[in-house]
Formats: sequence, C-alpha cells, structure tokens
Amino acid sequence: MTYFFDTVLHIALLLAAPPLFLGVINKTKAFFAGRVGPPLLQVYFDLFKLFRKDLVLSRTTTWVFLAGPVAGVVTALGAGLLVPFGNHAAPLSFAGDVLLLAYLMAMGRFLTAAAALDTGSSFEGMGAAREVTFSSLAEPAVFLGFVALARVSSSLSLTPMLAGLDAGHLAILVLIAGAWFLVLLAENCRIPFDDPNTHLELTMIHEVMVLDHSGPGFGMVLYGAAVKLFVMAALVLDVALPLDSGHTLGNWVLFVAGMAILSVAIGVIESTMARVRLVTVPKLLVCACLLSAFAVVMLVRP
Amino acid sequence: MADTSFTRMWNGEAIPLERAARMHLDKFLSSIVEGVARGWRLSSLFAQEACDGEGLELVALLAEDARAALHVGIGHVSGSAFPSITPLCPQAHLFEREIHEQSGLIPEGHPWLKPVRFAAPWIGNTGASASPRPSIGHAEFYSVEGDEIHEVAVGPVHAGVIEPGHFRFQCHGEKVFHLEIMLGYQHRGIEEAMRGGPHRATLRQMEAIAGDTSIAHTWAYCQNIEAMASIHVPPRALVVRGMALELERLANHTGDLGALAGDVGFLPTMSFCGRLRGDFLNMSAVLCGSRFGRNLLTPGGARFDCDARATADLQNRLEEAERDVRQAISLLWTTPSVQGRFENTGTVSRKDCVDLGMVGVAARSCGVEVDVRSTHPTGIYQFTTIPLATAHYGDVNSRAFVRWLEIERSLVFLRERLRTLPQGEIGAAPAPLAPNTLAASLVEGWRGEVCHVAITDASGRFARYKITDPSFHNWPGLAMALRGQEISDFPLCNKSFNLSYCGVDL
Repeated sequence: MTYFFDTVLHIALLLAAPPLFLGVINKTKAFFAGRVGPPLLQVYFDLFKLFRKDLVLSRTTTWVFLAGPVAGVVTALGAGLLVPFGNHAAPLSFAGDVLLLAYLMAMGRFLTAAAALDTGSSFEGMGAAREVTFSSLAEPAVFLGFVALARVSSSLSLTPMLAGLDAGHLAILVLIAGAWFLVLLAENCRIPFDDPNTHLELTMIHEVMVLDHSGPGFGMVLYGAAVKLFVMAALVLDVALPLDSGHTLGNWVLFVAGMAILSVAIGVIESTMARVRLVTVPKLLVCACLLSAFAVVMLVRP
Repeated sequence: MADTSFTRMWNGEAIPLERAARMHLDKFLSSIVEGVARGWRLSSLFAQEACDGEGLELVALLAEDARAALHVGIGHVSGSAFPSITPLCPQAHLFEREIHEQSGLIPEGHPWLKPVRFAAPWIGNTGASASPRPSIGHAEFYSVEGDEIHEVAVGPVHAGVIEPGHFRFQCHGEKVFHLEIMLGYQHRGIEEAMRGGPHRATLRQMEAIAGDTSIAHTWAYCQNIEAMASIHVPPRALVVRGMALELERLANHTGDLGALAGDVGFLPTMSFCGRLRGDFLNMSAVLCGSRFGRNLLTPGGARFDCDARATADLQNRLEEAERDVRQAISLLWTTPSVQGRFENTGTVSRKDCVDLGMVGVAARSCGVEVDVRSTHPTGIYQFTTIPLATAHYGDVNSRAFVRWLEIERSLVFLRERLRTLPQGEIGAAPAPLAPNTLAASLVEGWRGEVCHVAITDASGRFARYKITDPSFHNWPGLAMALRGQEISDFPLCNKSFNLSYCGVDL
C-alpha cells in the first residue's frame, strides 16, 4: 500500500512540480532585484500558452528537428522514474539502472544537439558544440560520484544507492553533493555557467540550441528542461540531505522542503553572482570532477 | 613647430569662407597626414560641391587638443579620384569610404573601399543617376579561408530591442579572428536634407540624429548657428544647457552600467540601474517636460527656464539618485565574479586607440586624454571645468570605470550649478546667418565628441552641413577590441562601447 502511495505521489510530483521549481527560482531572483516578479505559476501559464500555439518549422529541417524536444521530455521523465525522491524507493528500480539513467541523459542531450545541427544555423551549431564540450566534462563528475556511492552501498541500483544513505559517510556525501550541484548548474544553463534569461545568442550555451523551436515544440523543450532540472535537483538532494524521519509522509515533507530550499539556493546564487567567462566553464567542471574523484579516493584508502 | 598650412580656428567659431585655407590637393592631403602625425585628430573630413561650381572639394577639420585649436583646410579635387591617405592615416578610413558613398569620388589605394551606407551618391554631378541604387544589405565582407574557419553573421535583426546593424565574424572555434561591422540600415538622409537650410524641421532633425544624444547634437547645431549669426547666449541659458547635457550623460552612463551588469548576468546592479536611468531621465523632464531633452535647446539659448521650484525639485531628486546610484554601482567593483568578467575583456591598446582616432569614453579608458569639455571648452565649460576621467587598460572594466568616474563628476557639477544658477534671460533673439561662412562646433556628448561643420552659401543658407557622431570614430575600435577574443564576449564588448547605429547612418 505504501509502495503504491509512494509511486503515485512520485509520478504526480515528477509530472506537475518541475515548473513550480522554476517559479520559486524566478521569484527568489525577483526578490533580490527588488521586483515583484512573475507569479509563482508563470511557467505553467507559459506552457499552456505555447501548447495552444501553432508550430512553425523551418524548411531546412527534417524529423530530427522535432525528435529533439520529444526526446528532451521523454528522457527527462524516464530519468525521473529511476531517481528516488527523498527517502523513498523509485517507481522503477533494478540492478544497473544507474547506467540507464546516464544513457537516458546522454540520449536527451544527443538528440537536442542533433536537432540544433539540423537547422543549419551557425548559432545553433555553436551552441551544440559548446553543450557537448561542457557535458563531456560534466559526465566524469557524475560517474565518479556514482562509483563512490556504489562502493558505499555495494549496489548498482539507484534506490539502494541514494534512498536512505547512511549519514556516517558525511565527508563523501558532502564532496559528491558539491560536485553534483556544480553539474546541476552547468547542465541546466544556470548562472554562473549560463544565463537562462539572456537574449544574447552569442553567449548562450543551452538556449541557443533551441532558438528555432516554436509553439508546442518549444513548450516541450521548456517542460523537458524543467523536468531535467527537477530530477537533477532531486539527485543532489538525495545526497545532500540523507535524512529519515521514520515516517513515509514525513519523508515526503522533508523532500518537498529540501527541494524548496534548493530552488531558493539556486535563485540566491543567480542573484549574487555574475556568469563566468566561457573559457572558465571547463575549469569549474574540472573542479566538480575533482570533488567526485576525492570522494572515490577516500573510499579506496582503507 | 610651424603650423601646417591649415587655418586655425576655435571651437564654436565661424570664419569667412575665404579665410579658410585653400590649397592644392596634394598639399591638403599631406597636411592632414602631417597633422595627425603630430597628434592632431581628424574630427571631420567630407566632400562638397566647390564654391566656384567647378567639381568637388574636400574639407578637413583637425582638432589639436593640446592648444584647444581646430584646423580647417580645403583641397580641390579635379577629376573623379584622389589618392587615399588611409594607409598612412587609419583615422581617414571611414571618412574616405563616406566620401566615396556620398560623392562617388574614388580614394585611390584605399585598402577596403566600399560605401558606409546603402544610399546613392548625392554630392556633385558624378553621374549618380546613371548608376543603380545600391541594394540594402548587400556588400562584400572580409573573409578568412580555411577548413576550420566558420563565419557567424549576426543581424541586422537582433534578439533584443536594439538598432539594426550587421556583424560578420570570422571565427576559429570560439576565437574571433576578425569582425566586420556593416551599418546603414537607418539612413534617413539628414545631411542631404540640410542643404538650403535651416528649414523648419531642422531643429527637430538635429534632436533625432541619435535619440539618446539629443542634447549634444542640438547643442552643436545651435552653437554653429549662434556663431554664424553672431548671437550671444545669456549665461543662464549656458548653465541650463550644461545641466541638460550632464543629465543626459548621467542617464546613459547609468543605463550602460546596468546593461553591462545584465550582460554578465549580475542582476542586482542591472535592476537598480534600470530604474535609476529612469530617474535621471525624469530629471530632464523636470527641466523641459521631455525625458530625452527634446525641445529644450534652441539657437540663442534654451526654451525652458529652470525656475526656483524646478531647482529645488532637481536638488532633491539628485540627492536621492546619488545615494542609490552609489550603492548599486559600487557592487560592480566589489563583486569578484563581475570583475573577473570585466577585466581583460575586449582590450584596445592605446596605440590602436590613437591610430583609429577614437573619442569619448572608449578613448579615455585607454588613457588618451580627449574630452571636448576640457580640451575645447565652450559654453559653461569655459567657466567651470569637469575633471577629465581616464583609465589605463582599455578593457571593458576600464570603460565601465570611466563611466562611473564621470557619473560622480557630473553629479558634483550638477549640484554646483543648481546652487549657483545665474540670473537673467534664457534666450537671445535670432538673427540671419552670415553668407559664405564656415563654422565648426564640437560638443562632448556622453559617448564622445559630437562634431558639426556648417558652410553657408552666398545667400546665407547651408551649402553643406556635416555631422560626425562619436560612434563614427569608435565603431572600428569595437572591431579591434574583438580581435582574438571569445565570440561569446561580443555582447559584453559591444555594450561597453554602446555605440549609436543611427548616429552613423544619419
């Protein structure tokens, strides 16, 4: 019964909560800028608006162009089913699902980049080049983190690895949480890596790849990006806040509260920091890799 | 050191046309090269129909900052070509292309000859009607060859609400080898429309040459008219003009610093400066009812007085704005991530700056001391000087910091002027323009030196009116700043110059 309840709640949160997560970030940024800011639910309104619009397709594009947004949503939702939200088992869990998670994320990225290249625009080609360059540096940070967690939990499945982590490995968890938080910011075009609000196409990383999308296609891109951010935030939260209230409902409250804190934290970072120069992005990502690597080293020591 | 054969005059002075030195073309061109070699700046160079009706002649105005002098010379062109001086004097690059565009004259040996805008020639009888009108947006671009080179074309339609301009980058990965800038999409034919003027619409047109530099351009125009008609502007009007110009500078500099913060994703300064820019614009509205200082200046003085109520209102608003602007902008210098982005980005060397004849904020940030308010003062600046602000690295940070220093100094200037506003009239009666006269006027707008040269015919109407916006000198500087930079830094560099498109398009 609990499992059924957890699964329903998990899927409901996964489907409905991501735009709200973005709303909290935007509200935080508005607060720091001394503005009222858009309503918390603005992203839902935007999505609703986009899905009612027509789709405009460039004559140079093929089916690959539409595969990008679809893959964005599907892979993010698929990943969301594998990642445990707080101290609960994920709806889908099997030995080796960690690899499926990694490949789902990679596939989403590959198809988004392919869709960008399909337009033949020099901007989007530039964006795709940047995206894959930076992702290739972010991936080791994620994988080394999983290596450490697999060693701690002696498992290759995400639920035992992440749900109910033992706070006894505090140092390791702090290192991994730090590394994954950096990856979270980089992969979801947040400051200091990228600026989600910029209109300057020459400076964008992720946003420039989706310039040609419109209407429902763009709605899917936005929704997919929101889900991806939410799932990666849940991943970071599992490591950063391995608390167990001893009660299912209590754990869900903990999870939601933790996500709220995380979104405010992202908002605060975006409000108090400028973006780094594009050449500095790889250095930050190497830092993330080093943090994860140290987590592994600490486990190898005995 | 002996002067060149050019005629010396002062800023805001009119001289009879026959006093302006006329010389053989070779002598004329070599005098320009010689003058620039000794540190003078080419403020204006243009073609006009010769006074005796035979062919075309070139007019050059050089600024000698050290002695507050201007030097003017006229050289007669026989035939349809003249030797280009751009290889010897890069400052002439855009001027010669403009002469080619406007008159069809060919500067022989020009390294990159193509028109600046897409307009048909209109000066002289160059058989222009026979040649087809150039099509807008079609031009050759300098290109770099190679398997790994890619070309990025940006504009003329941009993602933000900004003016149209085309940028062509030659890139190797993220690195920019070369940037070429193509403007001219907003050509309105202002100079052409000035012929036979002043017309009824002329003053309005001067205010709209570059909408954000309304006061500076109108001031330069009024100063020319006043010089040619021997009108003496009353002191109170001079002060009102000075206040309006500094308010324009404050609004734009504050807006620019906010926009620079926005371009690096630094939200606090961006948001607050956006509001503060509006506060400064509103102060212009207190002065004359228009946030952009429209309708304030008129030949002879100002159209609106700064009465006791407006003075008190401005003093209050200024005090509040000063406190807020200090807080908002100081964050830029104390936040490491912002400094990390600003420093060493888009550097222009001092040598390039001098060679290209850059002006205004962009030049002062390279340590070049050019500021018309100090070097060629007219109006209120003859009685009270604003200390010249410079920085030394020529990067985005220097350009931002010079803006901040100028904001501080303009605030002090405004406070003082509001405290000691002289009594008296704010306008003088108009008078007809003297015939066959040449007047030159420089005003330091917020971007830099605004230069207007007026020449009247035998009936006292404009035979030629030449407008040079500071952006005309500085766009090549932006192209140089991008060499070897990351293409992703272009928006930031562009914003740090914040040049006018329509000021060049005319």
